[in-house]
Amino acid sequence: MSDARLAELPPQARRGALGWARAHLFGGWASSLTTLCLVGLVVWLAPGLLRYLIIDAVWSAADGGACRAAGAGACWAFIGAKWPFFVYGPYPPELRWRVDLTMALGAALVAWNLWRGAPRKGLAALALLVAYPIAGFALLYGAPFLGLAIVPTAQWGGVFLSLLVAAVGIVFSLPLGVLLALGRRSKLPIVRMASVGFIEIVRGVPLITVLFMANVMLPLFVPEQWSPDRLLRPLVGVALFASAYMAEVVRAGLQAIPKGQIEGAQALGLSPWRMQRHVVLPQALALVIPNIVNTFIGLFKDTTLVAAVGALDFLRAIDVARLDPAWAGPTIATTGYVFAGLFYFVFCFAMSRYSLGVERRLARASAR
Amino acid sequence: MSELVRADQTPAVDIVDVHKWFGDFHALKGVSLSVARGERIVIAGPSGSGKSTLIRCINRLERHERGHIFVDGVELNDDVKRVEAIRSDVGMVFQQFNLFPHLTVLENCMLAPIWVRKTPKAQAEEIARRYLARVKIPEQADKYPAQLSGGQQQRVAIARALCMSPKIMLFDEPTSALDPEMVKEVLDTMVELAREGMTMICVTHEMGFARQVADRVVFMDEGQIVESAPPDEFFAHPKHQRTRLFLAQILR
Repeated sequence: MSDARLAELPPQARRGALGWARAHLFGGWASSLTTLCLVGLVVWLAPGLLRYLIIDAVWSAADGGACRAAGAGACWAFIGAKWPFFVYGPYPPELRWRVDLTMALGAALVAWNLWRGAPRKGLAALALLVAYPIAGFALLYGAPFLGLAIVPTAQWGGVFLSLLVAAVGIVFSLPLGVLLALGRRSKLPIVRMASVGFIEIVRGVPLITVLFMANVMLPLFVPEQWSPDRLLRPLVGVALFASAYMAEVVRAGLQAIPKGQIEGAQALGLSPWRMQRHVVLPQALALVIPNIVNTFIGLFKDTTLVAAVGALDFLRAIDVARLDPAWAGPTIATTGYVFAGLFYFVFCFAMSRYSLGVERRLARASAR
Repeated sequence: MSELVRADQTPAVDIVDVHKWFGDFHALKGVSLSVARGERIVIAGPSGSGKSTLIRCINRLERHERGHIFVDGVELNDDVKRVEAIRSDVGMVFQQFNLFPHLTVLENCMLAPIWVRKTPKAQAEEIARRYLARVKIPEQADKYPAQLSGGQQQRVAIARALCMSPKIMLFDEPTSALDPEMVKEVLDTMVELAREGMTMICVTHEMGFARQVADRVVFMDEGQIVESAPPDEFFAHPKHQRTRLFLAQILR
C-alpha cells in the first residue's frame, strides 16, 4: 500500500476490537470504572438467573409435583400445559380453529401491509382495514347463517383478546387522532373547542377510570337492551383513550410543517382536505413515526388494564391459571410473570424495530 | 362587439383601492393596479414596501381588507370554491420554492392536475414531463427536490405551476434565495415564458430582467404605488425622489 493510501485510513488505534474497546470502554478512569461496575453487576446476577430460568428449570411435567421439589427453578412445564388457555381463554376448545384462522389471516395481512415493495398495497390496506374486521368478527363471534355457532364475548380471552384490544386500539386511534389533531387546529371555534375538550378530558383521566366509566356508568344511562356488549365497552374506551394521546402526537407533527408547504399547496388550488391528505399529513406523520409507535407500544401494554373490568386478557389468564391447585407451587407465579414479561417484550420490541427501519428508510429518502 | 373581444379586454388582474393591515401595521394603503392580458409587470421596491403582500393578495394567500380585486373578471371574496378556482388558474412561484419534499419532481408536477383538474394520471404525467422538458430538466423527473440544486428546484417550481395551464403567473422574488451562479438559469426560464405571451407579475430585484422583458415597472414604497412606467422611462427618467434613491442603491 502506498503512503498516500495509508494516510487516508484512520489511525491504527481506532481500528479492531481492541481499539474499539480502548476507545469506548476504557476511555478514561470514569469510563473504566463504569465498565468494571457494570461487568461486575452482570457477573453477579447472570449465574442466578441462568440457574433459575434454564439450568434448574422444569421443562416438562404432567403436573406441579416436579415444580414443587426443593431447589426447582422456573416451571416452564406449567406454561406448556396452560398454553392453550393463555392463547384462547375460555373459548370453546372445539371452535379454537376459528381463532387460529383469524390470527393467521391477521398476521398475513399485517405482513402484506408492512412489507415494503409488496404488490397491490392499496388492496392490502383495504383487505386489512375493511374486509378483515368483518371476516374476523364473523369468525370469532360467529355467523349462524354461515354455519358458525355464536361464541359470546364472555368466552373470549387470552392472547387473542389482548391482540384484539390492541389491534382495535391501534386501528382506530390513528385516524381518530388525526381528526382530533386537525380539529384542534381548525379555524371553526366549535370544532376546535370540542376537540380540545375531548383531548384534555381524556388525557386528564386515568385509563382505568375511563374503563370503569364505560363499564359501570354507561348501563345507568342507556336502556338495558341498548347497552353495548361488555367487551365492546372497554374496546371503545381503549380506542378513544389512545386517540387523545395520538392527537397530540399528530399535532406536534402538523406544527412542524413549514407554512410554505401550505402556501405552495394553496397556490395550486388544492382544497383544504386534499392539501392535508397529499401534502401536510404525509410529511407530518413521517416526522412523528417514533412517537406514534411509542403510543402504540404504550397502548399495547395498557390493554392489560381491561382485566380490571372483567375481560380475561393474557395477563389475567396467567393469573387465573396459576390458581389451579394441580399446579400450585412456589415458582408458578414467578414463571407466569416472567413469561408475560417476555411476551410483551417480544411484541413491543418488534414494533420498535419496525419503526426504526421505517425511520431509516425515510431518513435516506430525505437525505438523498 | 362580440363576447370574445369583450373578454379579451377584461384586465387579467384588476386591483382597485386595496388596503391590508397586519395588526396595526398598514401594509397596503389604497393600491390600484390594472394588468392587461399578456402584460409583464415587474414590481420593485425596498423591503417592507408591500410588494410581496400585494401579489399574495392576487391569489388570496393574503386576504385584502378593503377594496376589490378582480382576477380574469371574477372578484375575489370569501367564497372558498371561487378562491380555489382562481388559485388553480393563477400560478405562483415562491422565493423558497415550496416544493413538496416527500414527492418526486414528477409527482410534484402531477399533484394539482390530478386532484384539482381531475386529469387522468397518464395524461398528467405526459403534461408534467413536457413542462419539465421546457424548463430543461427532464432528466431529473424521478429525483426528490432535495437532490436538486436551488436553481433546478426553482425551475421545477415553475414547471409545477405551468402544469395547471395558468392564465397568470405570479413570481415572488424567485431568485432571491438562489446562489448567484443559479440566478441566470431561472431568469432565462422566465424570459422564455414572457416571450410566449404569459401574463406575468414579478416581484424581483433583478433590474436586468425588468429591462429585458417588462412592459411596465411598478415601484412601491410604504404600501403605495409610487411610480409606474415602461422600463426605458422608469430607469432613464424616474419621476419621484424615492424611486431615484432606490435605483441609486440598487443599480450601483
